[in-house]
Amino acid sequence: MGSTDTTTPAKTGGPADAHDLAGLEAGLDALDTVQTRRTPLRETLVQKVLPPVTAVVLVLVVWQILVWAKVTDDYKLPAPSAVWDEVEAAWRQGILLDYIWTSVERGLFGFLMALAIGTPLGLIVARIRFVRAAIGPILSGLQSLPSVAWVPPAVIWLGLNDSMMYAVILLGAVPSIANGLVAGVDQIPPLFLRAGRTLGAQGLRSAWHIVMPAALPGYVAGLKQGWAFSWRSLMAAEIIAQSPDLGIGLGQLLEAGRTNSSMSQVFLAILLILIVGIAIDLLIFSPLERWVLRSRGLLVKS
Amino acid sequence: MATTLVKTIGGEAGTRDVAARIEHVSKSFATPAGQQLVLDDITLDVARGEFVTLLGASGCGKSTLLNLAAGLDRPTAGTIATDGRPALMFQEHALFPWLTAGKNIELALRLRGVPKAERRPRAEELLTLVRLQGAHGKRVHELSGGMRQRVALARALAQDSQLLLMDEPFAALDAITRDVLHDELMRIWRETGVSVLFVTHNVREAVRLAQRVVLLSSRPGRVAREWNVDIDQPRRIEDAAVAELSVEITEQLRGEIRRHGQH
Repeated sequence: MGSTDTTTPAKTGGPADAHDLAGLEAGLDALDTVQTRRTPLRETLVQKVLPPVTAVVLVLVVWQILVWAKVTDDYKLPAPSAVWDEVEAAWRQGILLDYIWTSVERGLFGFLMALAIGTPLGLIVARIRFVRAAIGPILSGLQSLPSVAWVPPAVIWLGLNDSMMYAVILLGAVPSIANGLVAGVDQIPPLFLRAGRTLGAQGLRSAWHIVMPAALPGYVAGLKQGWAFSWRSLMAAEIIAQSPDLGIGLGQLLEAGRTNSSMSQVFLAILLILIVGIAIDLLIFSPLERWVLRSRGLLVKS
Repeated sequence: MATTLVKTIGGEAGTRDVAARIEHVSKSFATPAGQQLVLDDITLDVARGEFVTLLGASGCGKSTLLNLAAGLDRPTAGTIATDGRPALMFQEHALFPWLTAGKNIELALRLRGVPKAERRPRAEELLTLVRLQGAHGKRVHELSGGMRQRVALARALAQDSQLLLMDEPFAALDAITRDVLHDELMRIWRETGVSVLFVTHNVREAVRLAQRVVLLSSRPGRVAREWNVDIDQPRRIEDAAVAELSVEITEQLRGEIRRHGQH
């Protein structure tokens, strides 16, 4: 066993004293710190709002030109003004918001149920190997099954009522949410799990403090997709299932437009379905996703 | 059957001055080519308050040994006894990006069972210890590499463990920052009295920091030689005495590496 008995040579500069070190470190920190700034001005918002508005205006202009050019019959392609009249009429009767709310209420409640079922399901599939082998492939396979296929069996099992609607929503959205969470868990860097274990996180505490937050980006992406699936499934169910008990949602409005041969009503329904889908995404899921990514420094600012 | 036992030293007479006792530890992994022996009969003690560096070329199993000591893996043979659950610090900061710097530390406290009211003040104390007072609310991506490693050190210290395992914690930092963190680590080690087992492949760093340098041979990892470093602190990495011992250790290390080219 070797050892050295070297004594300290006289230091000409002297060792850095504590105060010196603190100053040095403060300097390094100041030099190295990444400058993060919030979105600088409202102008960037204009940069993001102006292009889509231009696109919408362009579509309206082309639409109006096609109507003026009489490329097809009135009943096949109504003028934008005719659709707008439809909106106004529904608004004056006070039923426009009823249509929207009937569907949105169903859609959101169904989505929340899907969330409550899909989250633990995804966590179990991601973390328990046997369960994953057993139902993992089925779960991802279910995503490619159009949820409209569930409408006939749901009607037979549950009848023409709200439960049937919720069943269709759940069958459409639960696999998306669960799969999103599984993907999120799979992408967790192993280092986080090791770090969590050294800190003493195990079992449920690990799931709550480490696994769930680490999987959040994938989970939120799954939620976004889950909402899109909920909304689509609900529209499919509403178009097919007609009953006075169900009230008139956007799907029923669309189907009623077809039976009345009123193309302007059909257009109105399609527009509302589209607008609600986009609005929920824009108002809830996109801000949620941006917040998750930004707080982790994963959002590159352009 | 070889004994595979990871136990905790608990007030046994004669072991009270030891923070970690690694006795005849071997570890092999199953590979396509059969069982590969990574660590062979390692025996090593870290005394309470001692600073030991583990030095070796690639393939010496330094990180494997730290994983075993941290309880993340079990030895194939031999025993490892540590004074409580050791804290572990990685080359990557391993801070959780969904939490602020301060909340990362508070999570470590929470998982250790520290009551809620005490967590915030204790986290502030630890941030002050690593000279990052005021960084509690900072997000991980807002911190520089050196600051992240200091938060990681504060989080490791939050475990209030008698033993701190460090796996090349400064290897990814630039030379200037690394040099400053060496000074910081020495100061914090003296202030807290924690025992440190520090893995590195950098000979100068090993000599600059340690009271004792342990050289591991590669494939399989064995303790090749140990040096007691009797150079007075505070040291600088440029010190002649540090350089002198580094040359001696490097020669030995090169000898160990050369053996692998011969057969």
